Amino acid sequence: MNDQKPMIEVRNLDKFYGSFHALKGINLTVHQGEKMVVCGPSGSGKSTLIRCFNGLEFHNSGTLIVDGVEVHENAKEIRAIRQEVGMVFQQFNLFPHLTVLENLMIGPMKVRRLSRADADDTARKYLDRVHIPEQADKYPSQLSGGQQQRVAIARSLCMESRIMLFDEPTSALDPEMINEVLDVMVELVDTGMTMVVVTHEMGFARKVADTMVFMEMGEIVEISPPEQFFTNPSSERCRLFLNQILEH
Amino acid sequence: MDAAQHPSLKGAVLPRPSAMQRVFGSTLMSVLIYAAVMGLIVYGSYVGAQNMGYNWQWSRVPQFLYSFTDDGFQLGEMIIGLGLTLKLSATAFALATALGLLVALLRLSGLVIGSAVAIGFLEFVRNIPLLVLLYLFYYVLGPIFGLDRYTASVLTLAVFHSALISEILRAGINAVAIGQWEAAKSIGMSTGQTYRYIILPQSIRFMLPPMTGEVVHLVKSSAIVSVIAVAELTTIGRNIISDTFMSFEIWFTVALIYMAVTLILSVGVSFVERRYAVGQ
Ligand SMILES: Nc1ncnc2c1ncn2[C@@H]1O[C@H](COP(=O)(O)OP(=O)(O)O)[C@@H](O)[C@H]1O
Ligand SMILES: [Mg+2]
Repeated sequence: MNDQKPMIEVRNLDKFYGSFHALKGINLTVHQGEKMVVCGPSGSGKSTLIRCFNGLEFHNSGTLIVDGVEVHENAKEIRAIRQEVGMVFQQFNLFPHLTVLENLMIGPMKVRRLSRADADDTARKYLDRVHIPEQADKYPSQLSGGQQQRVAIARSLCMESRIMLFDEPTSALDPEMINEVLDVMVELVDTGMTMVVVTHEMGFARKVADTMVFMEMGEIVEISPPEQFFTNPSSERCRLFLNQILEH
Repeated sequence: MDAAQHPSLKGAVLPRPSAMQRVFGSTLMSVLIYAAVMGLIVYGSYVGAQNMGYNWQWSRVPQFLYSFTDDGFQLGEMIIGLGLTLKLSATAFALATALGLLVALLRLSGLVIGSAVAIGFLEFVRNIPLLVLLYLFYYVLGPIFGLDRYTASVLTLAVFHSALISEILRAGINAVAIGQWEAAKSIGMSTGQTYRYIILPQSIRFMLPPMTGEVVHLVKSSAIVSVIAVAELTTIGRNIISDTFMSFEIWFTVALIYMAVTLILSVGVSFVERRYAVGQ
C-alpha cells in the first residue's frame, strides 16, 4: 500500500513484564512520512509498544528495525536511534530547572554538539513553529499545560529527528488547551515527518491518519486505513470501542 | 518529594503549616529553646563548680583566642586550632562527597558488581565505630602507606561520612521523577549527561537540608582525631588545660566555638536553600 521506505518494522514482537504478557505477536510497518494513529483501551499496551520504538523499553522476542537498525537491549546504536526518534509524553516531562529555551538547546548542544549560537537559532526556530516564541525565557512551571506540551514538541523537533512518537499528548490537558496542541501536530503533519500518535482524539485521527491501529490486551486487533477503520471496522471489539469514545 | 512524584503538584504552593508548627518550627524559636537549655546547663555547672570550690579564671581565657603583642594582633592557639578543624572538615567533606557520589552511582548503576561493591563498602563502614576506623587508618594503614596524622584523619572522616552522604545523594537522585530520565534518554543523552545536566541539578534541593546536617555532624565528629593528637580545636583545648588546669573555662569555650561554627553553617545554608527554591 505504500512504496516509501519502511522506517519502523515490527515482526512477531513479544514483550513481557515479569510473567505478564504486555505485547503479543505484534506485526506492523510504518513507512517514511506515514502518520499512524494508535488507539485502544487503557492498559492495552499502546505506550509499551511505542516506547519500544525508541528504546525506552525492550522487547523480549521478535524483531524491531528502526530506520534500518535493529533495536535490542545491547544495541550500541541505541543512542543514535533515540536521536532519530523523538518522543512527546503525556506528562510533558520538561526539565523544570531549565528555561524553555534551555530545554530546547540542551539536546542540540550536548547530544548533537551544536555550538551555543546554532543551538539558540534552532531552539528559536522551533519555538516559533509551536507559536510561543515569547515564552523563551520562562521556566516550564510558569506556562500553561498546553504551552508546556508545545515546548515538549519543540524540544523533540530541535533534535531534527526523522520519526516522532506521541504518547497521548493531550490526555493530561484541560479541554480548552487540547486544540492548540493538536493544531501544532497537524502543522507538523504537513512537513512530511513520520509520526506514530497514541491518542483518542478521533477528530485529529480522521484528519491526519494514513493508518489506524486498534490495540486490546497487548494485541493489534485492527489495522486499516481510516476510511475503513471508522466506517466498517472488521472487528466487533473495535466497533464497540469506537462507539464508546465517539459518544463523548 | 511529593511534587516530584505527582507532576501536577510541581510548582504548587505547599499547604500552610499550622500556627503551632510555624511558631515552634521557626528559627527564632529553635534558637530561643536552645539558648534556654544551654543557659540551664551553664547555670547548673556554675553552681556545681561553686560548691566544689572551683576557682574560675575567665580572664585568662582570651589570650588563647587572640592577643595584642609588640608584633600587633595575634591569633590565639584555640583559633589556630579552629582553623585546622575547619580545614580538616572541609577537606574531608569534599572527599566524602566525591566518594559518596561514587558509591551512590555504583548502587544505582544496576550493575550487579557495582551494587555489591557499594553495599559491601557501606556495611563495612556503617558497622565500625568511628574511633576504630581512625585507629585502622592511623595505626594499620598509616605505616603501610606512610600516612601522617593529618592525612589519616582526613581519610577516616571522609570514609566514615561518605557512607552517610551516599545515602543522602541516592535518596535525592531517586526523588527526581522517572519522566526526567525518559525525557533525557529520548533526546539521546547518555547516562552520564543525564546525571550531570538533568538529574543532579534537580536533586540538589532534596539533598541540601540533610547535607547541612551531615556537615555539622562532620565538624563535630572531627573532634575525635584529638586521640591521635592532630592539633585541631579539641587537642589544643586539652593541651591548654594540661598547662593551666582551667578545665571548666576551656571546655566551655571549646563547646561554644563548635556551636558557633555549626550554627553559622546551618543559617548560611538555609539562605542558600531559600535562594535556590526561588530559582526553581
Ligand atoms: N514497567 C512496567 N512493569 C509492569 N507492568 C507494566 C509496566 N508498564 C506497563 N505495564 C503493564 O503493561 C500493560 C500495558 O501498559 P501500557 O502500555 O502503559 O498501556 P496503555 O498505554 O495502552 O494504557 C498494563 O497492564 C500495564 O499495567
Ligand atoms: Mg499509555
